[in-house]
Amino acid sequence: MKYTSFAAGAVLAASVFYALPAHAQQPDADTAQIAKGAYLARAGDCVACHTAPGGKPFAGGLVIDSDVGRIVSTNITPDRNHGIGAYTEAQFSAALRDGIRSDGAHLYPAMPYSSYSNVTDEDVHALYAYFMKGVAPAADVPAKTVLHFPFSQRWGMVLWNAAFADTRRFQPDPKASAEFNRGAYLVEGLGHCGSCHTPRGIAMQENGSDASSASFLTGGELNGWPVPSLRGSTAASKGFVTWSEAEIVDYLGTGRNAHAAVGGEMKPAVEHSLSYLTDPDLRAIAIYLKGIAARTASTTATAGKTAATTAKLSAARDLTPGERLYLDNCNACHFVGGQGAARVFPSLDGASIVNAESPTGLIRTILGGAATPSTSRSPSILPMPGFAYRLSDQEVADLASFVRSGWTNQATAVTASQVGTIRATLGAH
Amino acid sequence: MTIVNDAVDAVIVGLGWTGSIMSIELAKAGLKVRALESGPERTNAEHVYPKPADQLGYSVRQKVFAKASKAALTVRHDRSQTALPTRRWGAFKPGDGVGGAGVHWTAVLIRPTPTDLKLKTFADQAYKPGQLQDDLQIQDFPVSYDELEPHFDFFEKVCGASGATGNLRGQIQPGGDPFEGPRSNPYPMPPLQDTLNTTMFAGVAKKMGYHPFPNPSAAVSGPWTNPYGVQLAPCNYCGFCSDYFCLNYSKASPQTTILDAVKRMPNFSYRTDSHVIRVDLHDDRKTAKGVTYIDDKGQEVFQPANIVILASFQFNNVRLMLQSGIGAPYDPATGEGVVGRNYAFLSNGNATLFFKDKNFNPFVSAGPTGQMINDFSPGTFDAAPFGFIGGAKLHSSQAGGAPIGMSLPAGTPSWGAGWKKGIKDWYGHSMKISITTTCMSYRDNYLDLDPTYKDPYGQPLLRMTFDWKQNELKLQQFLRDKVLAIVKELGPDSYTESFLKPDAHWDTTSYISTHNVGGAVMGDTPKDSAINKYLQSWDVHNVFVPGGNAFPQNFQANPTDMLGALSYYSVKAITEQYIKKPGPLVAA
Ligand SMILES: Cc1cc2nc3c(=O)[nH]c(=O)nc-3n(C[C@H](O)[C@H](O)[C@H](O)COP(=O)(O)OP(=O)(O)OC[C@H]3O[C@@H](n4cnc5c(N)ncnc54)[C@H](O)[C@@H]3O)c2cc1C
Repeated sequence: MKYTSFAAGAVLAASVFYALPAHAQQPDADTAQIAKGAYLARAGDCVACHTAPGGKPFAGGLVIDSDVGRIVSTNITPDRNHGIGAYTEAQFSAALRDGIRSDGAHLYPAMPYSSYSNVTDEDVHALYAYFMKGVAPAADVPAKTVLHFPFSQRWGMVLWNAAFADTRRFQPDPKASAEFNRGAYLVEGLGHCGSCHTPRGIAMQENGSDASSASFLTGGELNGWPVPSLRGSTAASKGFVTWSEAEIVDYLGTGRNAHAAVGGEMKPAVEHSLSYLTDPDLRAIAIYLKGIAARTASTTATAGKTAATTAKLSAARDLTPGERLYLDNCNACHFVGGQGAARVFPSLDGASIVNAESPTGLIRTILGGAATPSTSRSPSILPMPGFAYRLSDQEVADLASFVRSGWTNQATAVTASQVGTIRATLGAH
Repeated sequence: MTIVNDAVDAVIVGLGWTGSIMSIELAKAGLKVRALESGPERTNAEHVYPKPADQLGYSVRQKVFAKASKAALTVRHDRSQTALPTRRWGAFKPGDGVGGAGVHWTAVLIRPTPTDLKLKTFADQAYKPGQLQDDLQIQDFPVSYDELEPHFDFFEKVCGASGATGNLRGQIQPGGDPFEGPRSNPYPMPPLQDTLNTTMFAGVAKKMGYHPFPNPSAAVSGPWTNPYGVQLAPCNYCGFCSDYFCLNYSKASPQTTILDAVKRMPNFSYRTDSHVIRVDLHDDRKTAKGVTYIDDKGQEVFQPANIVILASFQFNNVRLMLQSGIGAPYDPATGEGVVGRNYAFLSNGNATLFFKDKNFNPFVSAGPTGQMINDFSPGTFDAAPFGFIGGAKLHSSQAGGAPIGMSLPAGTPSWGAGWKKGIKDWYGHSMKISITTTCMSYRDNYLDLDPTYKDPYGQPLLRMTFDWKQNELKLQQFLRDKVLAIVKELGPDSYTESFLKPDAHWDTTSYISTHNVGGAVMGDTPKDSAINKYLQSWDVHNVFVPGGNAFPQNFQANPTDMLGALSYYSVKAITEQYIKKPGPLVAA
């Protein structure tokens, strides 16, 4: 090899270039708009639903089996025939914010247009620039959505929209800070947090789309995972309401904080969306969420109970089966105080997943394990093992019942049959 | 037919400790980096709690070690013998797979002293001519402690090093090692908890005028987020450290400190089950054009690269250099040549103390749990009257409590009912006092390619010619006296001892430590070294060789802190100087 050939090494030059953000490579006037749109698309987590596992980004095909039927996400790449490449900005806006397809048909509200309706014109413009010019076209044709009657009737969506859809644009609260309003905009709009965190009514509509509604963001259950209330009115959310702003920012940006690690359906939300948000936007979300949380004192202080559980586990005498199982399986990481360790081992004391009315999330985690998502702020994938292979239904029930009643926790006991039902859905034995 | 991969800026051979450091730092500098790892993928998820707590699987059956069938070498004591292949790891236990030996190491993370790095200079001052063995081939490291200090400091932050600071910017600190070189910063984390044996040892050592301090540990004492944003969890003293994949992500390893960060970088990629068989050179033999490896399907693949980093562990690096014709092979008959020269190892020894009435609870421990003294390292005591050069860490460690192979008092039957009773009676009632020694380099302790034996890829095995020399045997006798004096102070009910006898030969079958060094050493001139102070081959300037191979002889400290510091020192020169102006970084 000649000295010169190396100095001019094409690979070296190319890869140094490669390390720069992609948009630096096409310096036209749209660059800033495309980058802004890409960021907003992250905030809206469009990729999560519009990409099949292992599929091309935004080419659709993700299957969501829901109570109303089988919903398959569509191709929203700029392919003119199979994607949305032929959409005008007005048509794009109508689909995004009003749930109306370019042919006039109504979208099903699996697409959270009730939330996206809040998006400003300016942001729609940037999103449009991104989806037309920043996304690679793909000619994929996803399968059709198949819903049960009456949801299979698209015309019915007209009525649904009339009854439930909120197509108002975002209105900042003039009395609140700019940060609070930015947080509200993100949470109520692109973030579509209510899709999971707001309980749904009889026709699958979200009961409330902003903080003026008492049930907005008060949690519930989703795909077998308890969804914590972000408003602080249930025992299950006592963990969350005590978090500081910085701890909320840490959780959303990294999937972990001093108390908790993300699990269930929230994990991909952090992995693909929230971890991409800037610190100021995460802070705005935290300020907003803390601003709308009701400060009802949840359960009574139980310091004595915490000490009693800790002492019993430390002495390790006359243990109940649940306590023994805890020492043998959980104590290595979560410790006798149930506190774990900051940012690596979640606290079990006061955790929402432990105290949720329904124990399903806890059971699923014990059986199937969990792992933190890798994010740019916190790259570590820290796994918790699944115990399905070594604990019987009764053992998991004993263990979960202990965890739900140890320290300050005061949730109901778990039965072996509850565990068995969940084990069956996990395909474990 | 050879498959040809897309070209990269830098190919890294081996994804263990040094390979991971080089990978992330080169990728951060914007280079397109690809690591080729001979063994399988290894992740936290696969070795999750409590699976690694399995002595039979991991330690006895060597679950995460290199497979001897693939990675054996041949060994002999001297040039008159025919070397034979190692069929089962004994004296050392190399790793394979992602993380390398960094997966199953013990994680004692300790710096060499400033004197250790300038041993030849020290020897010339402290000994009269003729006082030491004349086949000694010791040399100074071509870098000083001060040059490396920022890199020790950084690597210790990467690992969340937990210990007691002994010398902070020249100020001696209570509780630390007063003989260590000055640190620019205290240890990132406080030391691990003490155990009964460490408290007893430290108490007596102090009484005898020594300076005990906690073993510096890369099993972290609390939750730690390192400069790459990667996290370690507090060590829970589970006792499964050395020989095991840490089940708690508490022990620093490439997995727990670097890999989750570098894997996210789009300009980094890696291939597992990809065994490099040679570095391919251009016709002028002054630069490499890439490496050839055998992939997971047994196909031969050429990986073009502008920079080749050999990070495949000390003796594999030497072997790859010999196979590829990088540098002149060493010939002990003439003393000419540098590749294979100055192979060195280390020795250890210990006394086991039995106390009927004490419970040491050995199952509550981290690999690095222990206290040590550095009062017997070169320069801290006068060895000249005893006719040897060198020293040791003298320590009482309790690295785990796994029962297979536990020590029993003298006279206990080694099988049957008597043995079972012995196990029952004595588990948890003994402690050890040990030495981990220096090992000098000599004219005829060396490495070359075996003329007979080949590996499954058809490549000659590396041949190791090594034995103890009088210098090391005298050192052992000297240290034995020191250990037994401490034993006497502690007053056990009984004790057994294991030190090298004055006529001992190297025993390849019982474990010493995987601190193999030398063979492609760093130095100031191409006459007596294979690589320069930046770990750059003197002969093929785009080949860099981080690893224990760089040590001209072995110091008493465990090697990995030095390996980390050297890797950071080298990669800084690559990214700041070499890629701007490729060529030799030091004039020959
Ligand atoms: C049981 C044990 C305990 C130890 N305890 C300590 C301690 O307490 N303190 C300390 O400082 N050190 C300790 N060590 C040593 C420490 O593990 C090593 O110093 C360190 O891992 C060396 O780093 P490395 O990058 O040179 O090699 P490794 O970390 O071993 O990485 C080398 C990698 O290269 C791969 N490789 C080899 N050949 C090829 C090839 N031809 N092609 C592709 N890839 C290849 C290997 O599979 C391996 O993954 C211990 C080692 C062992 C085994």
